[in-house]
Amino acid sequence: MRKLPLLSAETRPFWTGGEVGELRMHRCEDCSRFFHPPAPICRHCSSLNVTPTPVSGRGRVVTFTINHQAWTPEFTEPYVVAIVELEEQAGLRFLSNVVNCSPEAVEIGMPVTVVFENVEDVWIPLFERAA
Amino acid sequence: MDTRFLEKNVAITGIGQSEVGRPSSRSAMQLTVDAALEAIADAGLDPKDIDGVCSWPGDNSNGSSFSPVGPLSVMTMLGLNCNWFSGGYEAAGPLAGVMNGVMAIASGMANHVLVFRTITESSNRTSGSKDQSLAAKSGPRDGNFMWQWCTPFNVLSVVNITAMYAALHMKTYGTTPEQLAQIALTTRRNAQLNPKAVMRKPMTMDDYFASKMISTPLRMFDCDVHCDASTAIVLSRRDMAKDLRQPPIRIEAIGAAMNQPYLWDQVDLTANAMPDAANAMWARTDLKPADVDTAQLYDGFSILTMMWLEGLGLCPKGGSGAFVEGGSRIALNGQLPLNTNGGQLSGGRTHGMGYVHEACTQLWGRGGERQIREPRVAVCAAGGGPLAGSLLLAKD
Repeated sequence: MRKLPLLSAETRPFWTGGEVGELRMHRCEDCSRFFHPPAPICRHCSSLNVTPTPVSGRGRVVTFTINHQAWTPEFTEPYVVAIVELEEQAGLRFLSNVVNCSPEAVEIGMPVTVVFENVEDVWIPLFERAA
Repeated sequence: MDTRFLEKNVAITGIGQSEVGRPSSRSAMQLTVDAALEAIADAGLDPKDIDGVCSWPGDNSNGSSFSPVGPLSVMTMLGLNCNWFSGGYEAAGPLAGVMNGVMAIASGMANHVLVFRTITESSNRTSGSKDQSLAAKSGPRDGNFMWQWCTPFNVLSVVNITAMYAALHMKTYGTTPEQLAQIALTTRRNAQLNPKAVMRKPMTMDDYFASKMISTPLRMFDCDVHCDASTAIVLSRRDMAKDLRQPPIRIEAIGAAMNQPYLWDQVDLTANAMPDAANAMWARTDLKPADVDTAQLYDGFSILTMMWLEGLGLCPKGGSGAFVEGGSRIALNGQLPLNTNGGQLSGGRTHGMGYVHEACTQLWGRGGERQIREPRVAVCAAGGGPLAGSLLLAKD
């Protein structure tokens, strides 16, 4: 059972893009750079001209860990937590999970692609090994 | 008097620590009073002399075991007549209380500041309370500034993120699990000589590898142990410290850093904010890493200690594995005795202030069985991820 995020004006595009198969990251229309987490202002150039923008959903595993600790009663199996960097921009990273493979098969540097897990009104962006 | 780096006008004049319980039957307030009165008496002062009090992070105001007692309640309980007090979570890590107290004295706001940190995470666990659980911390939907980007991915503890730093350190520098284990083994050996340490049973490399994997590559023995304790120090204006009970320990330099706020956004995931804090500190002193006689470095997780060794320049970047290999360099009789009271891994998670208490214990030659040979300079450091603070202490 995943704990769901509170949706706000800034965060809703990220958490709901999966409904139409899109991973959306905030991008500055003035300096063309992406930033995450989403905010009403570009952290690079302070422009307020920012828009959630669909990205490829492709990236690589920067580093990862296999969690073995049962933090909640619902815990059943070890799962992979990873920092994923998207191919659109160096440093455009977020935490996610690598799914649909054995945790032991995950490697640093592994190419991955986004998949979505729908829970209620949220589409959580997860990653699986890229073909 | 150095007019550029005013922390040199501040000294540590007394230290105190309550019992370190796992759990303690004493209340958080009682533990705090025990530590505070001991520190004030150790300095040769009376509570009426204390005119400033601070803590990090201060009163959490929600019954939290992470910081159940804040400066205001201590000021009130002890009847202190304060010109200045401070708390607050958003600061450069667990040493922030010390740094704020130093700055209050350096700027003339106070003459004798009581700095304390109380934590009751052990009794909290024993009572089955969930207030440590990030899953329970916020509402049914998580809107917390940072954690909303973690909890939907079942990242419910900082251990998962720190484990990713460790995994990358291993991949990048070839750091081995056996090298990581040396931090745990060293602190356990030191804890055996510390009557207050909560984990004193001998530990072998086999014991380490038999301990439960929490989040690869970090095992249970890579994670610090919860306890109930309060730790306090007294900071004094240096010119007022000369005639007190202890020879003053000079605050030689302080350094703090806050990098990118998000845990996955650190510019260098294998370094975190440590080098920035350390560089800020070294820029304020003529002393060099080679002058350090003992290091008391944050071991909330073992990998963070190794990152501090590198960040502080006590070993080369990426070289902490080789530096701690075999454990002899960091042993009590080695070139750089490390976490001499057992650190937080075996001594107990006093969360930052324990390192300062132990550094002073060693500099004053009061370490008993674990006393190292005549140290004159000690470095303390605390924090991980985006938050880092370091403190260089010197005996005149």
